[in-house]
Amino acid sequence: MTVPDEAAKRRIVDLFLSEEERLLRRWTQLSGASPDELRDLYQALRTALVDGAGDFADVRGLLAELSRARVRQGHTPSDTARMVFSLKEALYEAAEADGGPEALRGFVWFSQLVDDLGLYTFETYTAAREKIILDQAEQLLELSTPVVKLWEGIVAVPLVGTLDSARTQVVMEKLLQTLVETGSEHAVIDITGVPAVDTQVAQHLLKTVVAARLMGAECVISGIRPQIAHTIVTLGIEFGDIVTKASLADALSYALRRSGVEITGAERARIAVRAERP
Amino acid sequence: MERVPILKLGDILIVSIQIDLDDQSVLALQEDLADRVVSSGARGVIIDITAVEIVDSFIGRMLSTIAAMTRMLDAETVVVGMRPAVAITLVELGLSLGGVRTALNLEKGVAALEHVRGTAG
Amino acid sequence: MNGPTEMPIATNGDVVLVRQKVRGLAAEIGLSLVDQTKIVTAASELARNALVHAGGGRVHIEVLHGARRPGLRLVFSDEGPGIPDLEQALTEGWSTGGGLGLGLSGSRRLVDEFDLVSAPGEGTRVTVTKWAR
Repeated sequence: MTVPDEAAKRRIVDLFLSEEERLLRRWTQLSGASPDELRDLYQALRTALVDGAGDFADVRGLLAELSRARVRQGHTPSDTARMVFSLKEALYEAAEADGGPEALRGFVWFSQLVDDLGLYTFETYTAAREKIILDQAEQLLELSTPVVKLWEGIVAVPLVGTLDSARTQVVMEKLLQTLVETGSEHAVIDITGVPAVDTQVAQHLLKTVVAARLMGAECVISGIRPQIAHTIVTLGIEFGDIVTKASLADALSYALRRSGVEITGAERARIAVRAERP
Repeated sequence: MERVPILKLGDILIVSIQIDLDDQSVLALQEDLADRVVSSGARGVIIDITAVEIVDSFIGRMLSTIAAMTRMLDAETVVVGMRPAVAITLVELGLSLGGVRTALNLEKGVAALEHVRGTAG
Repeated sequence: MNGPTEMPIATNGDVVLVRQKVRGLAAEIGLSLVDQTKIVTAASELARNALVHAGGGRVHIEVLHGARRPGLRLVFSDEGPGIPDLEQALTEGWSTGGGLGLGLSGSRRLVDEFDLVSAPGEGTRVTVTKWAR
């Protein structure tokens, strides 16, 4: 494309300035945005074109702010970009009315400028999202799930919050590692604090139980909520011979019995514990 | 080809795999072990894979074969010391080592063998 | 850093060497211990496949530098009889080598990307990739 000459640029900028009221009205009609927002933007553009000699830093700043505000109002980033792009249509009508070849050539230059600005709103949106994702990833790591020892040879991992596949994997690896380090033959995976599981997470839980078995340890899953039980059955995931218990307490008592510990006299609220060497 | 040594402790045979096994060594170990179970009259076999970094389908099959074979010769096999990463990989690979008894470490492996013999009378 | 490497697969010993090479590179590019174990196990299965079904072959090992994370790509190729029915070959438990039939289907589950190209009489090429997390 040929570089438009200064005369063409000047012509379109003159149009932009002189037709302000009409352009703003058309722009508002076409984009459906609030006239105040567009007027601010228009002013900034004018400042950049006339006084700023092509310095669009202020325009970009305004666009970034606008982009954020509109996301909060529930607009999609495409909406916002389209709002900026619609200035082209308004200006094209003015250029066509002018009819001169310079105005039309200038319009091509101007529309590139508008394209850049429209895309900039999209970039701002993506950058904001990227930052949220990074922050959340960091928060997630801080939410480390501890593997706790309940009894000699019994460890538990209380899972809390939404489980995604990556987090489940990390937690499960940690659990298996703890089994080796502490020589524990029993593990309780308590999912009382987990609101929902998807197929992948359920699969990871299953795989962990099977992996623990391969290593010579037994896992009990406790605290399965009714909805989760429903999901698992509906998804057709086979839990097979995996031991599940209603509560962490039930799971602990099961694991204790399995490791040869006898609990007696519970009615009198006195617990006598006797451990047998296997 | 390297041969894996087989140690005898009472009536238990202990195999500790310390090398990166090639398929030939795997087959040799299977044969050696069967011979030793018969010649020593051992009642239990412990295969220690603490140092083994990967178990692929070939080595996995060896473990199953040894377990089945020794059971036929009236000896129980326990595989001990499988690393978490190895266990996770085996599950992903689709191997469950059916019929193979496992324990976390050598000590628990010995205890498991004693327990089996205790219940068997 | 590491340029691409080409290794032959002609003996049982070569399979062990391939495993060791893959483990070294996997550790170097920062794969987690579990992921290292997975890619090494897949390499072992595929190298053995080439040896058992085609009498040997070779592997091309390459470290990838992705936009966000590094990865490891292994290309196993042989000039063996090839696979007539790819879909069947990837079915769990299907085997011609007297094994458990987990070689191809199992390795596919151990890696992030899996590509199998084969036709009767034209050999087999399996490409697997594992990315650092």
